[in-house]
Amino acid sequence: MREEIKNLKEELIQKLNNINSLKELNDLKVEYFGKKGPITEISSKMRDLSIEEKKEIGMLLTDLRNETTNLFDSLKEKLETDALNKKLESERIDISLPSTKIKRGSKHPMSLTIEAIEDLFVSMGYDVVSGPELESDEYCFERLNLPKGHPARDMQDSFYITDEYLLRTQTSSVQARYMMSQEEKKPIRIIVPGKTYRREDDATHAPQFSQIEGLVIDKKENNVSLADLKGTLEVFARKMLGENLDLRFRPSYFPFTEPSYEVDVTCFKCGGKGCSLCKQTGWIEVFAAGMVHPNVLRMNGYDPDVWGGFAFGPGWDRITMFRYEIPDIRLMYQNDIRFLSEFDRKDEN
Amino acid sequence: MILSRKFVSDYIELDDNLSIDKIASDMTSVGNEYDKCGKLIEADNLVIGEIIECNDHPDSDHLHVCKVNIGSEVLQIVCGAQNARVGIKVIVALVGAKLPEITIKKGVIRGVESNGMMCSIKELGLEHKFLRPEDIEGIAELGSDAIIGEDPIKYLELDDEIIDFELTANRGDLLSVLGLAYELGAIYDKKVKDIDLSYTESNNDISDDFGIDVQTDNCRLLLTKKVSNVVIKESPTFIKNRLMACGIRPINNVVDISNYVMLETGQPLHFYDANTLGKKLIVRMAEAGEKLTTLDNIERNLDENDIVIANENGAVGLAGVMGGLNTEVIDNTTDIIIESAIFDAVKVRKTSKKILRSEASNRFEKGLDPKRTYMAIERACHLLELYANGNVNKGMLVFDKTEKEDKVIAITVKNINDVLGTNLDVKIVIEVFNKLGFSATNNADNITVTVPTRRIDISIKEDLIEEVGRIYGINNIEGKLPKLAIKQGSYDKRTRQIRNKLVDLGLNEVLTQIFLNDEVANKYIENNYEIVKLLDPLSIEKNALRYSLIPSLLKVYEYNKDRNLKDITIFEMAKGFYKKDDKFGEDNKLCILMSGEYYLELGNKKQVDFYIIKGIIEELLHFLGFNNRYSFIANNIPTYLHPGRSAVINLSGRDIGIIGSIHPSIAKDVYVAEINLDKLFENRVSKLKYKEISKYPSIVKDLAFIVKKDITSEEIMKVIKKAGGKLLTNIEVFDLYTGTNVETHEKSIAYSLTFLDMTKTLSDEEVMVVFNRIIAEVESKLGAKLRDR
Repeated sequence: MREEIKNLKEELIQKLNNINSLKELNDLKVEYFGKKGPITEISSKMRDLSIEEKKEIGMLLTDLRNETTNLFDSLKEKLETDALNKKLESERIDISLPSTKIKRGSKHPMSLTIEAIEDLFVSMGYDVVSGPELESDEYCFERLNLPKGHPARDMQDSFYITDEYLLRTQTSSVQARYMMSQEEKKPIRIIVPGKTYRREDDATHAPQFSQIEGLVIDKKENNVSLADLKGTLEVFARKMLGENLDLRFRPSYFPFTEPSYEVDVTCFKCGGKGCSLCKQTGWIEVFAAGMVHPNVLRMNGYDPDVWGGFAFGPGWDRITMFRYEIPDIRLMYQNDIRFLSEFDRKDEN
Repeated sequence: MILSRKFVSDYIELDDNLSIDKIASDMTSVGNEYDKCGKLIEADNLVIGEIIECNDHPDSDHLHVCKVNIGSEVLQIVCGAQNARVGIKVIVALVGAKLPEITIKKGVIRGVESNGMMCSIKELGLEHKFLRPEDIEGIAELGSDAIIGEDPIKYLELDDEIIDFELTANRGDLLSVLGLAYELGAIYDKKVKDIDLSYTESNNDISDDFGIDVQTDNCRLLLTKKVSNVVIKESPTFIKNRLMACGIRPINNVVDISNYVMLETGQPLHFYDANTLGKKLIVRMAEAGEKLTTLDNIERNLDENDIVIANENGAVGLAGVMGGLNTEVIDNTTDIIIESAIFDAVKVRKTSKKILRSEASNRFEKGLDPKRTYMAIERACHLLELYANGNVNKGMLVFDKTEKEDKVIAITVKNINDVLGTNLDVKIVIEVFNKLGFSATNNADNITVTVPTRRIDISIKEDLIEEVGRIYGINNIEGKLPKLAIKQGSYDKRTRQIRNKLVDLGLNEVLTQIFLNDEVANKYIENNYEIVKLLDPLSIEKNALRYSLIPSLLKVYEYNKDRNLKDITIFEMAKGFYKKDDKFGEDNKLCILMSGEYYLELGNKKQVDFYIIKGIIEELLHFLGFNNRYSFIANNIPTYLHPGRSAVINLSGRDIGIIGSIHPSIAKDVYVAEINLDKLFENRVSKLKYKEISKYPSIVKDLAFIVKKDITSEEIMKVIKKAGGKLLTNIEVFDLYTGTNVETHEKSIAYSLTFLDMTKTLSDEEVMVVFNRIIAEVESKLGAKLRDR
């Protein structure tokens, strides 16, 4: 019987080595360990043996079981893994084929710019406000110290819709509106982004463009001065256009500010050396600015002996063009999908 | 205004080593921008030569081969000018010379060597309007006094430098050589020299046979003088050259003097032929329908808003704008009347806008200093005596209602420092005023400034602060941030939220113009609204303002389609303009346009249809917090939409916009939605807070109804919802079917219903009660049949 067990074991191990599939493995298991298999047969013969023999044979049988079960299990695991790998291999896809496109939207570059500007000014305590684009002559001009017949009105040829109403030529109209809307005159810190319109259409001027007005008014004792205007515009220009830029203030003339300035920024294309963008001057004009004219304060209910402040207005289109190096303003109003799609990601600034 | 260095040097001493570029940049930093700056004649390597030999070219019927003595050597130059001949002095451009249009190279012309070029005046680059025929045709012939080997530009006195300024509207005083001199004086701390106003008067008195009559308040100052026996001839070279440098064409000595004095003083003058003018000069408003032929020989129609100069027979000039043809100074004029006056700036501006912008009108519009009005007429007499042999008559006719007092303004050093943010002391401030030629006295920090009348732009303290800022130099001021109370800034987040959501949904934001043709605009307007039209449009294509953004987005669609870009999903937020009950208004709007493919999977691409754009709008409204508050109603569809594939968007019982397919007669397969954001934002949204999730399982049951095609899913859902009661927590449509087994006038719609109780686990029996009630209700109310029963 001992001999029989030994041979059985050798035979089984021999057979296991030739197994190639889970089915063969299972059949083999049934063949040897099944009810009619040789192992069951030996076990059933054991009851005729002596106690010592029973013990010995029993141990041999347990050995046989343990050893072959381990072999069965590891072979089974191997065969299962092979089968799975084979299945997965058959499921292989071409990962280079195109993805399912989630349609990709984009903000207009003008929006990217204004969101950045709004965030900057809101962080400095400014409110972002708006006003009507169809404006009265009173708010667009008269309350800004530009009476009818004033020669400076020539700088702003307008689209009138009646004798009294026009498309606003400047977001400055909101200066007057906002000051007038303050029932109890309070300090003001606002920016006003918006569309503006002038009656001109040539290579460098479009009838529709956009501005951003800034206005700060406070009590005289708080001393909002030209130096503060300068510092504010330095922050604006450096955050929006480049950290290392310098600013140059040129005295100028606007009826609603006194003193008035046009403000240039180091040409960001050539760094001030002179190029075609800056017409060899090294400077690019970006802002119009100045200290609010006492007549404007007075006409809008703020006593110029008590209140003072500054105003500034960069071109929104220009800042956008400079930020993204867009060479022609018309590109921004053409809305070519290819142009728009270039702005489909976050802006580093 | 063009600055001529030679001209301004009559009145202020400028260092020779001060370059014109430096002057231009110094003027810029005090606020005077310029367009051009440089030499009047941009040409170099020119010398005076004399033709000492001139032979016909052996191989040409019009070229000459000349030997030209330029002092240092004799050059052989081939020349095509007809007037080339031995003995004339000429301008020689040497090899390497750069002329405005050409660089001279050594060359061989038809086999003959040529070392340079002889130039015409034209080739020096003078503006065409200044050239006489002989300046264009042949080579320039210099006078016999020209010295061989020297600089011909200097000989011609054209060795001037110019800066073409673009001045601000308030600085009318800088439209004069004197004004520029004062400005340069302030920069370089130099005194302005006196102007020579001397002349002798004859015994004839102007008032003997001439009078003036001012009949309108629009003329505050009128001066006239008479000069007899003038000799009309060519002006001296310096006058001609300075006029040309300043952009004015020389005509004859008398006319040139009136322009010369205008350039010097800023005061426009007019000279009349005394004989054709007659005995009287009247200033009045024109009569309606009055006509006048102006100097340029054009008949002008005048109205009551034009100021005219008239004699007893009618208008002879448009005040401040242009003179009349029939009293013009001509070659045989002998006696002239000089008019120096101030006319109302606004009236002149209006007339000149209508008729012609002239050098004169530009100065009247910006305002004039009455002292200069007197100065100019005296200066003209001085020059007419000197250069036109005129006899200045005794006396001057004067009508004067002007103030000529210098302005006195009180200011403190603190005023200045507060506005500029500086720390200047009284000494520096007074120094600045003195540089500007203002007298200033002080008592401690209180300063009294006397501003001369020439500075008409200065009237208040703030104007003086600006002057200090200008001359002291703002670039010397250190920038800082305002020290103000800390406060929270705010902005309207809603626009940005909508933009973010739509961009997330795959839409491209566009920016379009508000202008369009009124007929187009009118197709996209609501009842009782009118389109806003422009009084003075740039073109008929842009004569109105849009109310709806749809036509603008359709244009973007067309633009892209023409470039073969077909998948277009765009949106814009902008204003729409209208007129209603005679009042103007503007609405904030959101417009979406979609066409082409939206869902893009290989082998499974989805064309935009109604349900995609509906999904976009639902996503947006849900995101904004309007879940369960909106509906789509297929009624009152505007004519520009497909009547069967469009709806009105309703929010809380109020129409806020439209959605649907553009009418196929306008565009095919284009879907739009437009929402009035002002109406949308009138609806408040409740605060977002956590709602308990049921601890108990839900039961889902599906069913399908066969109904008539015209019954909408929305109607069915309403019935289901009502019958379902509290336990029915969700309804989804999961299938729509027409075809086999469904009659042609019917459709099958399948719903998935979710039942849930927040307090306990539902039993199947409980659900079946509700489920059967739903079936019964839908069948009885809508004539539906449960499918597969």
